[in-house]
Amino acid sequence: MVKEIKRKSGRKADEMRPISAKVGIIPNADGSAMYKSGETIAIAAVYGPKKMHPQHSQNPAKGTLRCTYSMLSFSVTDRIRPGPNRRSTEISKIIEWALDPVVMLDNYPNMVVDVHIHMTQADAGTRCAGINAAAMALAHAGIPMKNMVSSIAAGKLDKTVVLDLDKYEDSDFEEGEGSTDIPMSFTDDGKLTHIQVDGYISKEQLKQAIEMAKKASGKIYEVQEKALKEIEK
Amino acid sequence: MSERKIVIPGEVIASGDDLLLGEGTEKRGKDIVALRFGLAEESNKLVKVIPLSGTYQPRRGNIVIGKVENITLNGWVISIGAPENAFLSLMEVPRYVNKDGLDEVMDIGDMLVAKIWAINKRGTDLSVKSRGLGKIEEGLILKVNPNKVPRIIGKEGSMIKMIKDNTNCNITVGQNGLIWIKGDKVEDELYAKKAILFVAKKSFVSGLTDEVEKWFGKNGRKK
Amino acid sequence: MNTTMKTSNITGERIKKYLEQGKRFDGRKLDEFREISIETGVSKNAEGSARVKIGNTEVLVGVKMNTSEPYPDSPDKGNLMVTAELLPLSSPRFENGPPKFPAIEMGRVIDRAIRESKLIDVEKLCIKKGEKVWTVFIDIYSINDDGNLFDAAEIGALVALKNTKIPKYDEKEDKVLFGELTDKKIPLSKNTPISITAHKIGNNFIVDPTLEEEDISETRVTIGSSNGIISSMQKGNLCALKTEEMSKILDLIDKTYTEVFKKIEKHLK
Repeated sequence: MVKEIKRKSGRKADEMRPISAKVGIIPNADGSAMYKSGETIAIAAVYGPKKMHPQHSQNPAKGTLRCTYSMLSFSVTDRIRPGPNRRSTEISKIIEWALDPVVMLDNYPNMVVDVHIHMTQADAGTRCAGINAAAMALAHAGIPMKNMVSSIAAGKLDKTVVLDLDKYEDSDFEEGEGSTDIPMSFTDDGKLTHIQVDGYISKEQLKQAIEMAKKASGKIYEVQEKALKEIEK
Repeated sequence: MSERKIVIPGEVIASGDDLLLGEGTEKRGKDIVALRFGLAEESNKLVKVIPLSGTYQPRRGNIVIGKVENITLNGWVISIGAPENAFLSLMEVPRYVNKDGLDEVMDIGDMLVAKIWAINKRGTDLSVKSRGLGKIEEGLILKVNPNKVPRIIGKEGSMIKMIKDNTNCNITVGQNGLIWIKGDKVEDELYAKKAILFVAKKSFVSGLTDEVEKWFGKNGRKK
Repeated sequence: MNTTMKTSNITGERIKKYLEQGKRFDGRKLDEFREISIETGVSKNAEGSARVKIGNTEVLVGVKMNTSEPYPDSPDKGNLMVTAELLPLSSPRFENGPPKFPAIEMGRVIDRAIRESKLIDVEKLCIKKGEKVWTVFIDIYSINDDGNLFDAAEIGALVALKNTKIPKYDEKEDKVLFGELTDKKIPLSKNTPISITAHKIGNNFIVDPTLEEEDISETRVTIGSSNGIISSMQKGNLCALKTEEMSKILDLIDKTYTEVFKKIEKHLK
C-alpha cells in the first residue's frame, strides 16, 4: 500500500467538495437549476421541446437533445473571450452524450430540447457540475427521462486515487506522477454515460477510480433529488 | 401508497404485480418507476405521474387560447404555446369567409378561444364552430404554467367560480395555460389576475379552496 | 414562464387604457422602479462582480483587468471594453450564435454611460506612458429577461466597478498575476452614472418596463446621468418624439435618478 497523499485542501482521498443545488432559478425557462461544488458554480436552463430550426437539422424519427456549454468570461482568473471556442464545443457534445441515454424524445419528432449551461464561477470540475445542473433542469422541465444522471470526477495525485480534483490539484499539482483527471457520469442505476481520462493511470487504478466515482455519484443524486423535491415549497 | 408524493425520473413509485401502469411510468421487474418529474398518484391500482412542469401538450377536445401568428390562403396559423403551431381552417369558422378577407375576421396578433378537434401527423387542427369560441375582442390575457390549470379550475369548476364571483369577471381558462379575463373595469381584471396567480403559486397546498377564500378576505374589494 | 409569445394586441390595449388613468398592471406608478436587489462578489475569479435583479429581470456583470498597449491617441490612458451577451438561457426569444444587434447595442450604450461620465480615472490606469496601460473589461450577461435589461446591466456595471480590485502586476516580468488581487481599488471618480430608460406607450411615459410593457413600447430613450449631468443618451425604436415630449422625459429621468440612487446607494461605497 502506497502512502496516501496529503491534499492541500485537507480533504480525504475519497472526499468530495461540499455541494449544493437549487431548482427553478430562471423564471423564463421551462426548467432550470444551479449546481455548486466547492467554488465551481454551474447554471442550466431548458427550453422545449420546441420546433427545431433550421429545418435541415430536424430528425423525423425522434426529438433532439441540444446542449450548449460555456464559461462566463470572468468565471476564471484569466478572462475568456466571450463566445464559443474549441474547448466549449467539445464539452457541449460530451454533456449531450452524458445525458442523451436517459432522455426519451421518441414522441417528439422534428423537435429540439435546448439545454443552456453556463459556468458563473469555475474551480475545476465544470463539465461535471454542468451535467448535474443540466440533468436537474431537464427533469424540472418535465422532459421524459429513464433516470437521473450524476457526474463527478475521480483522479489521481501522484500515486493516490482521489475524488473530485479542485483547480489547484487539476492544474498545479506536479509531485511524482502528477495529476490525472477522470470526469465521469452515472445514471442512478449505476451505468456510465460519460468518461474521459486526462493524465497517467494504470488499468487497476482506473478501475478503482471508477468505483470511487460511482459511490460518490450516489451522494450527488441525493442532493439533486432533494433540490427537485423542494421546488414547490 | 395513499398520499401523492413528488417523484423524480428513475424513482421507484411502488412495487407489485397487481398494479396498473399509468402515464409517466414504466415497469422494471416488480417495480413501477417514474419516467418524469411530477406527482405520483395511485388510485384503483393505477399508478401514474401527474406533471408539475413542462410545456403544454395538446390533446383532442381541449379548449385553448391562442394568438394569430400568420394568415395563409385557407386559414390562420395559431400559436397555442405548444411545441408546434396549430391551424384554424376557414372551413372551421361558423360563417362564410371570403378568401380575400381572412384578415378582416382575424388579423395577426389577435387572440382567440378555440377547440382542438384533431391532432394528426400534419399538426393540430382548431375549430371555433361551437358557442363561446372565436376571436377575443377585449380583456386581459394571462399566462400560467399549463400544469396548474386543473387547480385553477378546481373540482367541477369550483375554484374558477369563486374567482369569478369575487371579481365580477368573465374568465375563460385555456388548457394551454392562457387565461382570458374580461371585466367591466381594468381593476376587476387585475384583481382576478392577482387571484389566479395566487392559486397558481399555491397550487401545491392542500386545502387550497380555504386558502383562496382567506386571500379574498384579506385582499377583498367591494363587489 | 413562457415569454415566447409577444404581448397580445388586446392586453396591449388594456395596458394603454390603464396608463391613461396613471396606473400600471403591477400597481406601480409610471415613474416607479421595481424592487432592485444587488449582490456583489458573485464570481470570485473576477476582479469585481455583481448580480442585479430588478423584479424578475436578472443580470450578472463581471470586471476583469489586463495590461496592454495604449491606443496611439491616448498613450497615457487605460482602456475600457464593454461586452454584453443576451444569453439564450435567459429568454426563449434569444438565440445561439454571434451577437445580434440588441446585444451589441446594449454593450455600446453601457460603454458610453461608463466612459463618458468619467467614472473610471483612466489616467491612473497608465503603467508606462505609450507602452503599458490597464484595460478594464466589463462583461454583462443576461440571466432572466423580464424587461429593462439595459438599466439592470448598467447598474450592474457601476456596482461591479465599485468593488473592483486591481490584480497584482509583476513589472520586471511584465506579467499580470491573475487570481492575486491587490488591496488597491480601481481608480474611480465620485460620479455615479446611472442609466435610466424611459418608454413611450400611447401618450404616457414610464420607466423600468416589464417585458409586457416593453413589447408595446413605441420608443425608448436611455439616459446615462450622474447628479444631473447627462453624459450619454440613446433613442431607440421607430416612433418620433416631439421636443416637448423629450423635455418631459428629461424631467422624468431626473426624478427617477434620485429614487434609483437611494435604492442602490449602499452598494456604491
